[in-house]
Amino acid sequence: MDALRNKARDLLSDGSVQVVIGYGPGSVPDQARAVFLRRPEQVGALFFDDRCHQNLAVYLTKPEVKALGKPAIVGTPAILRSILQLAAENQIADGQVLALGVDGDGRVTELPDFKSIEDFLAPLPADLSPQEQEQLARIEAMSRSERWNYWIDQLSCCLRCYACRAACPLCYCGRCAVEANQPQWIPVAPHPRGVLEWHLARAMHLAGRCVNCGSCAKACPLGIPIHLLTQMLSQEVAKRFGLQAGRSAKREYVLGTFKPDDAEDFIR
Amino acid sequence: MTEFEPKIVAFVCNWCTYAGADLTGTARIKYAPNVRIIRLPCTGRIDFMLVLKAFAGGADGVIVSGCHPGDCHYTAGNYHARRRWIVFRKLLDFVGFDIDRIHFAWVSAAEGAKWAEFVNAVTERIRQLGPFEDYHKLVALGNEPIEVA
Repeated sequence: MDALRNKARDLLSDGSVQVVIGYGPGSVPDQARAVFLRRPEQVGALFFDDRCHQNLAVYLTKPEVKALGKPAIVGTPAILRSILQLAAENQIADGQVLALGVDGDGRVTELPDFKSIEDFLAPLPADLSPQEQEQLARIEAMSRSERWNYWIDQLSCCLRCYACRAACPLCYCGRCAVEANQPQWIPVAPHPRGVLEWHLARAMHLAGRCVNCGSCAKACPLGIPIHLLTQMLSQEVAKRFGLQAGRSAKREYVLGTFKPDDAEDFIR
Repeated sequence: MTEFEPKIVAFVCNWCTYAGADLTGTARIKYAPNVRIIRLPCTGRIDFMLVLKAFAGGADGVIVSGCHPGDCHYTAGNYHARRRWIVFRKLLDFVGFDIDRIHFAWVSAAEGAKWAEFVNAVTERIRQLGPFEDYHKLVALGNEPIEVA
């Protein structure tokens, strides 16, 4: 923790960054919230422990945060993967963000460019956790109607608060498809059809872009396991097309490219 | 009670399948009248939301058809579409949506007979499956009026 605070103090004092984005105390003791530190004397607020699970990369594309100047951002593996994916989508330029890679031992590594982030992530496991894999396998083992009932039941409590969208660093569109009203594609009321359509659309729009940070499900006030939808798709995309999000700053978008020999066993 | 007549929406591309379906008519080949054809510029334009919209509007089945690979009027629209369907079908299957309700085909402008055969086969399949109760029930919950844009 001291290493992180010292690093943040140094960076702010010598002016190499204008703001440090990290985790600070939340309004209740067991929660952390994002803090934006602009002066060296504020760094006491920074900490890093297992309360810190929000994906801070969500702030990197926000105009009001960009206006603060060059940021340094505390980087868990999930945050670093998000940065690389944002880079692959041309949302941030190389050298525009300084990442502070943190690991379990409290060491802090300065990662000034995308190359260093890629190298930092390379030895770390990218696969889903055993727990997540087990959840996916459990759903896939169900019969079709069981899966349908499971998801309709899970989604029935969705409030359409869009916390999942707000928490996702890759849901950065200025105008979201769900808010389009001429024509209205997805009803805005928390009606079962609109809810299902919203979650399908969200998953499709994140297909092959999701970096499996799990922030959407953690942000969900009703605890709906919506991260499984996007995680399932990212697994499928990796398996079928060999494209894994968040491993490299240069990467094709799965639905923006094709191979002439893509499987078409389902097309007559 | 009258026999169940499936309601099928077909999203077809302007350049191949629409012309193919036209040929079916000019050749006076008779086929199931259950299909409502919607012409779009290219299969690449067929957003997955269009498919969901069709089911929300009461369709029991959906057909998506366009040019054969390599024949796209816009060079690669159908290749992009194919990828999108691979991913979308997987997602629908994962949430337990009956993917046997959505059928895909490549039908060229010369394949009038194939179009008739394909529509007949899909109609027969959907007739066997019966009305799409899963989705119709979901849509009817709360009696929300459905506005088709």
